[in-house]
Amino acid sequence: MIRLEKRPTPSRLWTALTPLVAVLATVIAGGLMFAALGKDPVEAIRTIFYDPLFNEQFASYSRPQLLVKAGPLILIAIGLSLGFKAGIWNIGAEGQYIMGAICGGGVGLALYPSESPLIFPLMVLAGALGGWAWAMIPAILKTKFNTNEILVSLLLVYVAEQLLASVSLGLLRSPDGGGFPGSRNFQHWDAAANVELFPGTGMHWGVVAAFIAVIGAYVLLARHMLGYQIRLTGAAPRAARFSGVNPTRLIVTCLGLSGALAGLAGMFEVSGPAGQLSIDFGSNYGFTAIIVAFLGRLHPVGILLAGLLMALTYIGGELAQFMLGLPAAAIQAFQGMLLFFLLAVDVLTNFRIRLIKSEVA
Amino acid sequence: MMQTLKAVLAAAVVAVGVAAPAIAEDPVKVGFIYVGPANDGGWSQHHHEAAMKMKEHFGDAVEVVEQESVPEGADAERVMTQMALSGVDLIFTTSFGYMDPTINVAKKFPNVKFEHATGFKTAPNVSVYSARFYEGRAVTGYIAGAMTKTNKIGYIASFPIPEVIRGINSTHIHAKKANPDVTLNVIWLYTWFDPGKEADATQAMLDQGVDVILAHTDSTAPLATLEKQGGYGFGQAADMIEFAPEPRLSSIIDEWAPYYIERVQAVMDGTWESVNTWYGITEGMVGIGEFSEVIPEDVRAEAAKMRDDIASGAYHPFTGPLNKQDGTPWLAEGEVADDGTLAGMTFYVEGIEGDVPN
Repeated sequence: MIRLEKRPTPSRLWTALTPLVAVLATVIAGGLMFAALGKDPVEAIRTIFYDPLFNEQFASYSRPQLLVKAGPLILIAIGLSLGFKAGIWNIGAEGQYIMGAICGGGVGLALYPSESPLIFPLMVLAGALGGWAWAMIPAILKTKFNTNEILVSLLLVYVAEQLLASVSLGLLRSPDGGGFPGSRNFQHWDAAANVELFPGTGMHWGVVAAFIAVIGAYVLLARHMLGYQIRLTGAAPRAARFSGVNPTRLIVTCLGLSGALAGLAGMFEVSGPAGQLSIDFGSNYGFTAIIVAFLGRLHPVGILLAGLLMALTYIGGELAQFMLGLPAAAIQAFQGMLLFFLLAVDVLTNFRIRLIKSEVA
Repeated sequence: MMQTLKAVLAAAVVAVGVAAPAIAEDPVKVGFIYVGPANDGGWSQHHHEAAMKMKEHFGDAVEVVEQESVPEGADAERVMTQMALSGVDLIFTTSFGYMDPTINVAKKFPNVKFEHATGFKTAPNVSVYSARFYEGRAVTGYIAGAMTKTNKIGYIASFPIPEVIRGINSTHIHAKKANPDVTLNVIWLYTWFDPGKEADATQAMLDQGVDVILAHTDSTAPLATLEKQGGYGFGQAADMIEFAPEPRLSSIIDEWAPYYIERVQAVMDGTWESVNTWYGITEGMVGIGEFSEVIPEDVRAEAAKMRDDIASGAYHPFTGPLNKQDGTPWLAEGEVADDGTLAGMTFYVEGIEGDVPN
């Protein structure tokens, strides 16, 4: 029979290997699912993973799109990973992302149609503040009244969605929109547009911010006192308290940082790829980023790679849908498998598998 | 320089248009993009079914590619671009929120033709199409007014956009024609498709004494609730005949298939050009479902006459005298609303209680 034996310390080898094993298992299980749906599994997998990168017809467009799609995921996931490492669970990044877009976009629209070069930086600031403020609600409730930040942050997502619908229909609705919901389009307003910095690369300010966040988080965790406190709190909360870590300050800092980064992501998205605030602006980046954070092992470089991989499954998944006629649900299931297998093989990190002879009862 | 470039592009468009029939063996590739799942039971499913009817009509001459559950915004833009890159000739983008993405992508692919549902922005290679659902609302509103015993009818509204406000106004005007004492209750749900919310709204209105309910949302939940709790309703987007004869009195049916066939044919013939289509009962884009036998004979006859008069052009649902909600005159005696005003309608007509949310 098989027995699981807890390792004294998590295996470093398996920590690095599990994402690869999970991807492999997802490819196999996903292939089986595609085959069950009557599609050629090899072709489906190739369309998802290979075509967006190397197919002549699509690659020149899809490759830059990887950055566009991965940018917000990475930016949000980096913020989340800091809290997750310390055992602070911000599940409401989607709400902070929406609030960042509303605040950043709203500040911009308040100044329409000014062409001042200060508008975009001001929007960036407002976006970060919006996300930060939204994350401060669960942070303060947790530190003052010991509420559960998972529930509070999650429920605030739905509040943010209602606010988004309200401003899309009222306060920020475009006066030129013929009564239809949705704000003005930022892409048509140079001073507020988050443009592609180098044509044809997909690189916009949000992607730049994501890269900076990766480097910043790496330095923070490796070199900075706060990074040390985060790691220590995650590994041994009691020891952390004895060594002088102030849990209240850590909660406020981690939730605030992740909120601000999610808010930034929302602001860059609304002024760039999405273009306008509308009722359906939130496209689950905040939730998907949770998967990205774990897939990347809460490590900045891992998150960078995981964000790109996740973006690849989205873009390749879209290709597979209309090229091969796969249903959208199959692609979502495929992405779900990735997280499922990651968590499943995680067992190997913390446990050793032992084969032992069954004993007579 | 710009002019030359435009001329070259225009020439290229024409050249492709002319060249298309010459390579008739190649099937025309048509893409569809849906905002919800293709089996949502409502809006997206109806577009999907129309796409399938179009495919059936042309057989091997057409290849259909579809993408469901595409969020409005940046993702939609990418999906359209990838479809265009894959060699699709004509793309139907079937949700209002795809408007700006459609225009953006169309700019990059002057040889690909786009058809955007329910929007108002066109380009040389972008058409828009929508249906005059308010014509159907006139007929169902009239029936609702005649059938209520409590003099209270309810309206489950989705988003306060002109299309929905037109429907509410049309319903109110014609319910009053059948029954001057009627009042109209509106509940806003801010969703197109949420069976739970739609059922709750139905129940809430029944509790307030409403006994006939119209919906501008996509699921069958209102009718399912009425079937259990009593009261009357109507099919929306689809016939929903499974709820006849009670509680379903009639229905407004979206008929996209003929339009899809017409437009694909135009691409095949090389005659496609950008149009702004707003078809109603006359052209068959709005269908009125069979009248239930529980409706009294004279009401049925009157409703049928209204439907036929709208179809023949003898009657327009927005004919004066009509005032706006605040009492200011809108249409004089015998005056008919122009399409521009209807397309941007953000006000209630006189007699409706409550405000358009803002």
